[in-house]
Amino acid sequence: MSTMLLAWAITAAQVILGAAIACSFWRLVQGPRAQDRVLGFDTLYVNVMLVIITLGVQTGRMVYYEAALVIALLGFSTTVALAKFLMRGEVIE
Amino acid sequence: MIQAPELPLWGALIVALLLLLGAAITLIGSIGLLRLRSFQQRMHAPTLGSTLGTGSILLGSMICFSLLQSRLAIHEILVALFLTLTTPVGFMLLARAALFRSRERAGAIPDQPPRQGETKRVE
Repeated sequence: MSTMLLAWAITAAQVILGAAIACSFWRLVQGPRAQDRVLGFDTLYVNVMLVIITLGVQTGRMVYYEAALVIALLGFSTTVALAKFLMRGEVIE
Repeated sequence: MIQAPELPLWGALIVALLLLLGAAITLIGSIGLLRLRSFQQRMHAPTLGSTLGTGSILLGSMICFSLLQSRLAIHEILVALFLTLTTPVGFMLLARAALFRSRERAGAIPDQPPRQGETKRVE
């Protein structure tokens, strides 16, 4: 009973997060200017990281947590590098 | 693929509520990112997902792993701490870049001074 409830809740959460990923991906594709695309990408990686954490709850394994940590680290440095590039035209001065 | 770990009923209820709440808040933030009109308005929406949405999903995951291993398993707090620290920094850099770019397009920045260590080109 409790396992079925949790299983359906996790699946529903994954579907809702999939809709959120679709929204941010649409902003990444459509975005009128480059900064909108960077913003959409930032939202996209946060949403994907949340889906991976729900996968970790679903299977009860630790591997997914490490993948989520790596995504959070790399996504931040990507956003900073892209913002720096938009500002100055180069990443490292 | 429908499966879930074996938890007691109260734990399953708490984890399910936290996961659904976090996912719904993240969806609201992403819809805001899609629907709002200007870039400065759009910048506010996704922070909903990266603070409260991430927080409640990570709290649910922490409770689930703590119940599964019957000890305190709060390693997910690293992700929450990291996102809370880095999201404002990244968005502030992005907002400054966007401001610079819109002013540049409007012609408010006519001639840039030479950067440090770079001589101005003579034509």
